[in-house]
Amino acid sequence: MHAMAENEKEILETIGEQEYKYGFTSAIETETIGKGLSEEVVRLISAKKGEPEWMTQRRVAAYRHWLTLEPPTWAHLKIPEIDFQDIIYYAAPKARKMLGSMDEVDPELKRTFDKLGIPLEEQMALSGVAVDAVMDSVSVKTTFKETLAEKGIIFCSISEALRDHPDLVKKYLGSVVPYTDNFYAALNAAVFSDGSFCYIPKGVRCPMELSTYFRINAAGTGQFERTLIVADEGAYVSYLEGCTAPQRDENQLHAAVVEIVVERDAEVKYSTVQNWYPGDKEGRGGVYNFVTKRGLCRENARLSWTQVETGSAITWKYPSCILAGDNSVGEFYSVAMTNNYQQADTGTKMIHIGRNTRSRIVSKGISAGQSENSYRGLVRVARGAENARNYSQCDSLLIGDRCGAHTFPVIDSRNPTAVVEHEATTSKISDDQLFYCNQRGLSTEDAVGLIVNGYAREVLAKLPMEFAVEAQKLLALQLEGTVG
Amino acid sequence: MLSVKNLHATVEGKEILRGINLEVKAGEVHAIMGPNGSGKSTLASVLAGNEKFTVTEGSVEFLGHDLLSMSIEDRARLGLFLGFQYPVEIPGVTMANFMKLAVNEQRKYRGEEPLSAAEFLRLMKEKSAVVELSSKLTARAVNEGFSGGEKKKNEIFQMAMLDPKLAILDETDSGLDIDALRIVATGVTKLHTAENATVVITHYQRLLDYIVPDVVHVLYKGRIIYTGDKTLALKLEKEGYDWLINQYDK
Repeated sequence: MHAMAENEKEILETIGEQEYKYGFTSAIETETIGKGLSEEVVRLISAKKGEPEWMTQRRVAAYRHWLTLEPPTWAHLKIPEIDFQDIIYYAAPKARKMLGSMDEVDPELKRTFDKLGIPLEEQMALSGVAVDAVMDSVSVKTTFKETLAEKGIIFCSISEALRDHPDLVKKYLGSVVPYTDNFYAALNAAVFSDGSFCYIPKGVRCPMELSTYFRINAAGTGQFERTLIVADEGAYVSYLEGCTAPQRDENQLHAAVVEIVVERDAEVKYSTVQNWYPGDKEGRGGVYNFVTKRGLCRENARLSWTQVETGSAITWKYPSCILAGDNSVGEFYSVAMTNNYQQADTGTKMIHIGRNTRSRIVSKGISAGQSENSYRGLVRVARGAENARNYSQCDSLLIGDRCGAHTFPVIDSRNPTAVVEHEATTSKISDDQLFYCNQRGLSTEDAVGLIVNGYAREVLAKLPMEFAVEAQKLLALQLEGTVG
Repeated sequence: MLSVKNLHATVEGKEILRGINLEVKAGEVHAIMGPNGSGKSTLASVLAGNEKFTVTEGSVEFLGHDLLSMSIEDRARLGLFLGFQYPVEIPGVTMANFMKLAVNEQRKYRGEEPLSAAEFLRLMKEKSAVVELSSKLTARAVNEGFSGGEKKKNEIFQMAMLDPKLAILDETDSGLDIDALRIVATGVTKLHTAENATVVITHYQRLLDYIVPDVVHVLYKGRIIYTGDKTLALKLEKEGYDWLINQYDK
């Protein structure tokens, strides 16, 4: 083997040695109910949260349906068998008292947020972001509620929404992702602990980016978040979701559901930076992330998903758009990076039902180490979807020769006027590129970070500014090693 | 500045450089000429540290450092610049971003503070004028979609930005039309000072009309077989390499 190959091998190996930087556990007292799942546990969760009877009934119905289902096995993933009776389905930080100001927030919790760099305090006002910070399934603090309330915008936890706006929740919850949708959606519908609810009234443009930070914190606690966003006619909102999880030895199950309703002439942008604990470099531990995300677009509506997926041991996630209304537009921009033994099977579904509907898919996969990275996409054009248009671009970047990149695009067009385009490329970071960068004084580590960020640029550019910076750092951080 | 002694190098077991000796002093311009496959580009690559090649014998001293023991990036930071014959594309990375990293890595190596955004922009503007490089190009991705001429101008622009002690220009004239050649060559001349040195690798005399060399070497079969002054290039242009090669092969 000649020298360059030797050197590259060494670099790529050390890149794979990058360990998770956000691995810590904060010592907040946690109230849990025991491990395991039964109808009784489902009712107990509902009771603990003081939910209305109809909600309890829905949970029970979902649970009973879930019992009839098997976990999906069609993805290009090796999923260890999950013992659903070995999971704690409810954990909440012990309530101390109602919080009136930041000073009253648990100092330990504040320190955790600070370590993560979450700007919960004054920075929030400056950056114009309202955060509904979810800590172990229960909302701890919501900011900017008043500013939002002036515009009639509701942004709160699902629990609060069930209490304060039961009609809205009843109308929309489960309307885009019914509990019958899939195994994990059914599980989530039965046991979801909390999440965020957002409602933008007719004609209102939300004046700030809305964001929620999710964290898993109690050992062995499954996280079942439920997010519901409704943009009423002509409304606009940009919603950010970001997460980092503390380091864990055992695997953690995460099965979230995000539902978005985009009414006539409305627009929703949903951006995610996902950085759950990916497991160590030997492939031990890490979060199993089984997420169902879907939005429904009415006439002239527009929904844009942007995701940067760098974390989790296993990612199973297909944010989708149902383009029901005429002239509606769906977009999916994705960067999925896997390293070490991570596995990702992610993509989107664009379901064209209305006439003149348009969709655009840009997927950038990055595989390093011994990871497996798959794009899975479905573009379906229904019989009545006259003049539907889709453009898909799926790129894969391989770092090293022990990882895998796969694409599974499915096109199902039932209308002859539809135009569906698909482009795909696979590339590697070349020795020549690295040599060129090195010759200009860049270390190999910086060069790899630069090349990867350049490759993902088209997607990163879709993120809100601050999020884009964070995402760039994350990509570089995950590839950062001890290149010698 | 640069002292190459008995340098041997191989690629995939095949010996390409077979005992190069070369002395370059500050303020000098050297031209290295020679037929295809004589090892010109290999010499440039080996000096820059390309790990595709294995040095099997010899030593190289650069500014008092043992060059061969240094990493590629440290050689660059110390002041060795290679103008590439085939500059590579880096999609999605703007020239401005790329150069900012490069310039600041070099400054860090020297123990200097990084440039502020304003200082950097001023530097970019000043240096892009050296090769008449459109400011639009610096906003584009590194070499992506650049024409052949733009790529070569871009190499000299980077040389201007990094202000190297020693620039090795590997066939910078190949694929250039007359106007681009003039711009590139006068750019190189403008950058030449009494403190730095340039090694120009070329096939053609025409580049040397602009960049007048102090010394001209002929490389053949991995060795410098003849060294002369600038008139040697003219003679080679007229008579070719055969008279030298025949002499050597005997």
